[in-house]
Amino acid sequence: MKATKVEEKIFLTIMICSTVFVLSCLILILATVIWRGLPALNLSMLLQTPKGGFYLGKEGGILNAIMGSLFLAGGATALAMAISLPIALFLHFYAKRSWHGGVVRLALDVLWGIPSIVYGAFAFILMLWLGLRASLLGGIIALTFLELPIMTRGMDEAINMVHPLLKESSYSLGATRLETALKIVVRQAIPGLLTSSLLAFGRGIGDAASVLFTAGFTDHLPTSLFKPAASLPLAIFFQLSTPFPAVQNRAYASALILTGIVLGLSIMSRRIAGRLTEHVIR
Amino acid sequence: MYDPHIRINKWNVWYGSDHALVNITADIPAKGITTIIGPSGCGKTTLLKSMNRLLDEMAGTRVKGQVWLDGINIYDPGVDVTEVRTRVGFLAPKPFPLPMSIYDNVAYGPRIHRHTLNSRGGNDHDLDGIVENNLRAAGLWEEVKDRLRTSATRLSTGQQQRLCLARALAVEPDVLLCDEPTSALDPIAAQKIEAQLQALKKERTIVVVTHMLRQARRMADYVILLWMGELVETGPAMQVFVNPRDERTRAYLDGDIG
Repeated sequence: MKATKVEEKIFLTIMICSTVFVLSCLILILATVIWRGLPALNLSMLLQTPKGGFYLGKEGGILNAIMGSLFLAGGATALAMAISLPIALFLHFYAKRSWHGGVVRLALDVLWGIPSIVYGAFAFILMLWLGLRASLLGGIIALTFLELPIMTRGMDEAINMVHPLLKESSYSLGATRLETALKIVVRQAIPGLLTSSLLAFGRGIGDAASVLFTAGFTDHLPTSLFKPAASLPLAIFFQLSTPFPAVQNRAYASALILTGIVLGLSIMSRRIAGRLTEHVIR
Repeated sequence: MYDPHIRINKWNVWYGSDHALVNITADIPAKGITTIIGPSGCGKTTLLKSMNRLLDEMAGTRVKGQVWLDGINIYDPGVDVTEVRTRVGFLAPKPFPLPMSIYDNVAYGPRIHRHTLNSRGGNDHDLDGIVENNLRAAGLWEEVKDRLRTSATRLSTGQQQRLCLARALAVEPDVLLCDEPTSALDPIAAQKIEAQLQALKKERTIVVVTHMLRQARRMADYVILLWMGELVETGPAMQVFVNPRDERTRAYLDGDIG
């Protein structure tokens, strides 16, 4: 065999090995969650809030945490979208050739790497300053900070993928940058924009540290922006840290629910994207 | 003599340190088809994009000189670039439909220029009529009239190019710039575009960049020949093609250079 052929074989083997490694990690995690969580999963888990002694293995469910997490991550994602899209459009249309754009992108990349507990602490200071207690709103603010960098960078990339000639077409019809950005580029980039939002939602709903101080925890359903809200990651954490195996299994069931929510949303957003992208130029 | 619609005066363009157009002075007569010809990389597209300020959108360009459109230098600081592009339409080499339906593609321009068109005596209430008229003018109406609401991406490349033509015409430009408008098309689709442009030249000033000498000979009323960023010769097609003054023109036409 020629040396180049051998080389190709070696690299192919490495690529296959790493893919298998990553996939098996994922499968092992899912298998553990399903293995330990599925037997503990039942309707009352999904439909009830914790009753007295829930954390000792008595009856109740985690509806408080499910609703809390959906509100927290949903609110934060909506807020982050409202901030990210203008930043991404600004970066692309107005700051492309200037040094500002580079600085903003660098800042976002650095922010991306900051541990979520730091966001929690930062949001907590902000809340103290605003006179806010641990609450749904506080959690939403903390998660918005957490989601912003990943969402903005994702949207930035999605917008950069739009073919320059498509923009030129719009400009040549006498459209302004704003009209081109909103009517053409956003439309064309919708699949990428949705994916970025979903990634950010996934990061937000799965994070425990940033909501620990800011949203707090409660056994009740979230009814007000100014009252504490429960969340699935914290529910998992509290249940796992009890000494009772039955409660620990419920933690895995909670993890299964969390995974199910993210999976369900991914499938749903793909469907929506499919409908919205009928006209997208490929 | 003829009446100039666009006057290019001592026009220079740099891409970074690359001097792409050197002191070009030329007139584009009103009505009829002016073709810009020359070998690849001689600055044909640059000159074309100078006339609707699409150059502005490219990074690192620098310009010097004037481009006069109806007596206004379009590079004057006070000039509204979207207004220029409304009056000077553009057809790209490769069709790029907007990510919307056939109908919305043609209606895109009229919708964003609603006010301007109204003040010029147009009528935006009849968007259906505008769409139909321009699709007819581009020779596409019969093929798409039953599926106006479907996505523009479903059309063939040749149809997409005629859609882009209809889209450009819908803004009612006085000038239409065409950058190698048939280079991505098969011969039959190309012939349709050529025929549409021939029909349109009675009403509008049309400027066509082409690297195909045969196409230039078929279409041109006036010719601008560029060579390495410099103007070699310009004038009525008959004169340039039959009796060129410059030795390089003769060599280019004979296929000795380029």
